[in-house]
Amino acid sequence: MAANQLARELGARIERINYPFIHDIVPAMTTVGIHYDPYRVQLGESGKLPYQIVEALLEQAMTDDGEALLDTARIIDIPVCYGGEYGPDLNEVAEVCGLTSYEVIHLHSYELFDVMAIGFAPGHPYIGLFDEQLCPPRRATPRTAVPVGSVGLANRQSVIYPVTLPGGWNLIGRTPLRIFNPSRSEPCLLQAGDKVRFVSISAAEFGALNEHAGGAQ
Amino acid sequence: MSIEVLKPGALTTLQDLGRRGFQKLGVPVNGVMDERAHRLANALVGNPPHIATLEITLMGPTLRFTVDSFVAVTGADLDVRINGEPLSPNQASSVKGGNEVVFGRRREGVRAYLAVRGGFNVDPVMGSASLFARGGYGGFAGRALAKGDVIHLSTLSNVATPPAYKDLRPVGQDVLDDVCASIRVVAGREWGLFDANSRAAFQEKSFRLTPQSDRMGFRLEGPKLELTRASQMESEALAFGAIQVPADGNPIVLMADRQTTGGYPKIAHVCAVELPRLAQKMPGEFINFKVIDIGEAQRLLLSQERTFVSWEA
Repeated sequence: MAANQLARELGARIERINYPFIHDIVPAMTTVGIHYDPYRVQLGESGKLPYQIVEALLEQAMTDDGEALLDTARIIDIPVCYGGEYGPDLNEVAEVCGLTSYEVIHLHSYELFDVMAIGFAPGHPYIGLFDEQLCPPRRATPRTAVPVGSVGLANRQSVIYPVTLPGGWNLIGRTPLRIFNPSRSEPCLLQAGDKVRFVSISAAEFGALNEHAGGAQ
Repeated sequence: MSIEVLKPGALTTLQDLGRRGFQKLGVPVNGVMDERAHRLANALVGNPPHIATLEITLMGPTLRFTVDSFVAVTGADLDVRINGEPLSPNQASSVKGGNEVVFGRRREGVRAYLAVRGGFNVDPVMGSASLFARGGYGGFAGRALAKGDVIHLSTLSNVATPPAYKDLRPVGQDVLDDVCASIRVVAGREWGLFDANSRAAFQEKSFRLTPQSDRMGFRLEGPKLELTRASQMESEALAFGAIQVPADGNPIVLMADRQTTGGYPKIAHVCAVELPRLAQKMPGEFINFKVIDIGEAQRLLLSQERTFVSWEA
């Protein structure tokens, strides 16, 4: 958890320095990936190669004392209709965890959790870490098509499927929000470092809020 | 001001230099598989490098131009003809309104690039015209070209005037190497986790490109690559050309439509200047790898970039 926070903070710090040769900064669970154009790095008279110069700059950025940049995390509520047709694995998850379905929902919602990383597919978040009791393994046989908006749970983490994808996570509910829409000015609802709160809603509320309708997916 | 698609070909997509700046949101880069051919095609018709070209795979399309224009085709040799006359590769050619550009039998390579003077008129998605087929966005209508599509051309006023003739100097021989030469790679972050036999086999044996290869990844078959002991990694950022090795020991080279992050150990990374040569390999062909150091890889990239800059000046 501490390593994840450090990775996100470092990513934010490098982003703020805004090196012209860096085009993508990708914080993951415990690492930060830096994509850069070697030919944009100013080589000067040093005789050094681009990677040597970039390594030195990044090392400096890592050791510099900087104020924490993550205090201003956004808080985003994610409505979820748990169980039933939207969360076909909820009862099985409860059984595996030795809880009731109600207890699973209770441990999964209300509180704030971290978006630890985004990856695997556009806007696909890894959210956690949940209570130690919410630790079901992934399904032995992945589904070939998990519906868009499905909320998966495994090993104290949750994912939300941004589009219909194959997947092996246990499906405990579905959100009516479109967490990825390439034609929106902000295509992804979530980014690493956000705090999210899952809010339990009814099937009727799901219908009223449904952004997937109308051929969106 | 358009092109009509009479036949779409096997996989014809609009691609540019890719979707940058969104990888932290899990949005893949996409873009051309063979950057050298794409940039050459654009330079020949006087376009800047970021303009989208048509990436044409194996079996090419038949396209009818409704206006006079100029085109250049680079990359794979797919026997292109304009109204039956062979079109010379790697140079700008005039196309008249009503002409048909027909791609024929593959002679060499896999991916050809067609640039049109002024470019295509498509709305970029997240800053790029590149198609991401799995995501259903970018390119023309979020998909590969289909029969009956009408692609509008840029409305720039100069598209009817011929591009200035440029004698483009070739990419340096140090960069191009021999077509049969080993693909140069640098050691990956987990190189040291592979056992000595696997590291030796990786450099000495041939790997076959399997038919399960696509724009997302090239799946290879050869000697099994094994770790000294099983290791559980967290997912982390991936780059174009990263060579991941899942538990079955068969390497996968991540290509243009790769995912943004992955958790398999990376034995090596294909050097950026070698990606075009790799992108032109056919399933069934064999590939050898040669490990070089990152300093040499960057010197080659800088050499190639100097050539690009001279083309695009």
